[in-house]
Amino acid sequence: MGIDRRKFLTIAGLTTLTTLGKTVLGSSPAGHDPIETGSQAVKRLAMAIDMQKCRQNEGCVECTKICHKIHNVPDIGNSKEEIKWIWKENFEAAFPNQHHDLLEDEIKNNQVVVLCNHCDDPPCVKVCPTQSTWKRESDGIVMMDMHRCIGCRYCVAGCPYGSRNFNFRDPRPFIKETNPEYPTRTKGVVEKCNFCAERLADGLLPACVDICPEKALIFGNINDPKSEIRQILKSRHSIRRKPILGTNPQIYYLV
Amino acid sequence: MLEKAITGDKRYWGWIAFVLMLIGTGAIAYLRQLDQGLTVTGLSRDVSWGFYIAQFTFLVGVAASAVMVVLPYYLHNFKAFSKLTILGEFLAVPSVIMCMLFIVVDMGQPFRVQNVMLYPSLNSPMFWDMMSLSGYLFLNVVIGYMVLSSEKKGIAPPKWIKPFIIISIPWAISIHTVTAFLYSGLAARPFWMTAVLAPRFLASAFAAGPALLILIIFLMRKLTRFDAGKEAIQKLAVIATYAMCINVFLVLMEVFTTFYSGMPEHMHHFEFLYVGLHGNNTLVPWMWLSSALAVVALVLLLTPKFRKKEVILGFACIAVFVSIWIDKGLGMIVAGFTPSQMGEVVDYWPTLNEFMVSIMVWGIGLLIMSLLYKIIFTVRGETKPALEAKEDKKELTVPSN
Amino acid sequence: MYDASKIILGILIFLVLATSPFWYSKATGQSDYLPDPVILTKDTPGKDVCVMPTDYMRSSHMDLLNDWRNSVVRDGERKFVSPNGHEYKKSLSNTCMDCHANKTEFCDKCHNYMAVDDQTCWSCHVEPKEEL
Ligand code: SF4
Ligand code: SF4
Repeated sequence: MGIDRRKFLTIAGLTTLTTLGKTVLGSSPAGHDPIETGSQAVKRLAMAIDMQKCRQNEGCVECTKICHKIHNVPDIGNSKEEIKWIWKENFEAAFPNQHHDLLEDEIKNNQVVVLCNHCDDPPCVKVCPTQSTWKRESDGIVMMDMHRCIGCRYCVAGCPYGSRNFNFRDPRPFIKETNPEYPTRTKGVVEKCNFCAERLADGLLPACVDICPEKALIFGNINDPKSEIRQILKSRHSIRRKPILGTNPQIYYLV
Repeated sequence: MLEKAITGDKRYWGWIAFVLMLIGTGAIAYLRQLDQGLTVTGLSRDVSWGFYIAQFTFLVGVAASAVMVVLPYYLHNFKAFSKLTILGEFLAVPSVIMCMLFIVVDMGQPFRVQNVMLYPSLNSPMFWDMMSLSGYLFLNVVIGYMVLSSEKKGIAPPKWIKPFIIISIPWAISIHTVTAFLYSGLAARPFWMTAVLAPRFLASAFAAGPALLILIIFLMRKLTRFDAGKEAIQKLAVIATYAMCINVFLVLMEVFTTFYSGMPEHMHHFEFLYVGLHGNNTLVPWMWLSSALAVVALVLLLTPKFRKKEVILGFACIAVFVSIWIDKGLGMIVAGFTPSQMGEVVDYWPTLNEFMVSIMVWGIGLLIMSLLYKIIFTVRGETKPALEAKEDKKELTVPSN
Repeated sequence: MYDASKIILGILIFLVLATSPFWYSKATGQSDYLPDPVILTKDTPGKDVCVMPTDYMRSSHMDLLNDWRNSVVRDGERKFVSPNGHEYKKSLSNTCMDCHANKTEFCDKCHNYMAVDDQTCWSCHVEPKEEL
């Protein structure tokens, strides 16, 4: 039990080698499609957001409320230092490239749910100097290790979606009701949506998917052709945020 | 040799005490930041890097510019720079140290900085930046020390130092290139994502660095008996002139590409800088001041008659330095974050606390530089006591130390 | 110029000053104090044994916690099987503190005595509310 020095060195060496290998060989080419080229055996979790259903319930923020509650996300009450895992954004802000003046009013004037896209080629992971944020091999979730993060905010600069939040101050006084089962964060680290990795481990769906009164959020393994999310993506037109940047976002918006 | 830094007259100690006071005041502000977090800065979730990272960027340039005296002397045997190379190297040393400190004070968890070494991430430019900066620091300390101590003994520097000097030349280029890669590799930030960022950084560094060196030479001539000589000063002026021309040229390239192509995502950042965006024009007067200074500097530097007059040259150097400082140390970083990913313009201006912390770092740089320069001039017997400083032209009979 | 007497006097003063904390704690009887953590295991059904033997926990709980942290956070391995076959969730707040719900008596006593900086844990992980 416990990591001894030799084990540590082996791990350190292996990590360096894999990173080297990846860097030299190039990870996947930008914008490759996990459905076509990804091995079917590997899980790739993704989410589809039914904008049609979601906008039927204007002003609903159930997903934000439950997520921020169970994850002890503070309410700083100051837009500059705000911390958000999942929230609603104007269509134009979320999809600057898809927006135009003559767009249907119901799309243009409604807000859309945004969260970390759990990109398949995540720039935040690429830039992090400590591997505090990484893409999980087993299911593609982009994870955070708050124990290791040095708070350099390079990932904040690298994420094209504003998904990453920095703790400018101690968040604890700003958490109304602490959930004892989940840690809070400390000042000086970055945090973001983790696709409810802790719930998935218990066989539960992400809290937002569970709670959504409109059933507008569909979550599943996109590498499984029989999954609900694959079926729905097959039958409905979907868009993604800033796909041109080659990050291969895994949140699909059904229009 | 090092003990020369702790011998000196009243004037020297007064200066050191003053710098220590600056550091001390800044340190109080830093303790406050450690205690409360980066909330004491003007940074926000949208503008998440600001004054600290901008100073870091600017100072990498100053550090790299040492190569502009090292290269002509060692590769082209340009003798007039013989007395200047150490000045360049000992300017690089405090600059690199300040760079590192600016990175550390910008961190949310500075006590975990060792994680960068414990979990080396070869895909992160920040890892490479740390490597290249520490390598450059090492090279300049070793070279500066060896060359100066041989000079003290009146012998030629040891042969083994030559390869170090040669390596330090491309290494200097590399530190600023990797620093540019920190930004230019980000698809998320159109303002930085340009291939000319690294060349632009280098050009502005090679203008601002020599300009600063000329100003230092002028100052040292007042304070010590050191004289770099007319030829060296004029050569530095020519280097700064060419570099400044290239710098302005590259900026104009950016402006053309951005505005002729007309891609809004690229244009917005420039608009924010030069005309203001969504009613926010915090940086507009600064950027125009920077442009105006650049024009003035170019006119003065490109006219040989002006360049050869030292008073005018001094003004031109100040103009170059301030112009580039505004561009890199104020505009460059903030403009990358404005407008934000959501198209918003979020106000940013460094707070007093942020500024005080920066003063601490600059103070540490000044302190190190003062000590190092003191060593140089004492070893060379070029100091002059306070008394003689006032009666300017009086010949000294005994070299002081 | 050798001022032997002054130097020796100086050294003596220094020694006295440098060792003064020890004399102080001797004089006040503090040095005889030994922390005595209260092991107050709550009656949690089915969890009447610790994840590892007491001896091991006493000497190496920090290694175990470190290992748990790494395997949960980095590798997503959240289950721990103890030597006697019980299965546990690797969690400080949800497993350890479930039984040892008395942080002030159980953790802090030794940690304060040894000047262990466990703020690094408790600034994020939520300590259980203690009924006093
Ligand atoms: S959305 Fe941003 S934070 Fe999330 S994986 Fe993509 S780049 Fe990283
Ligand atoms: S802030 Fe933390 S997670 Fe982000 S790049 Fe820096 S170390 Fe990595």
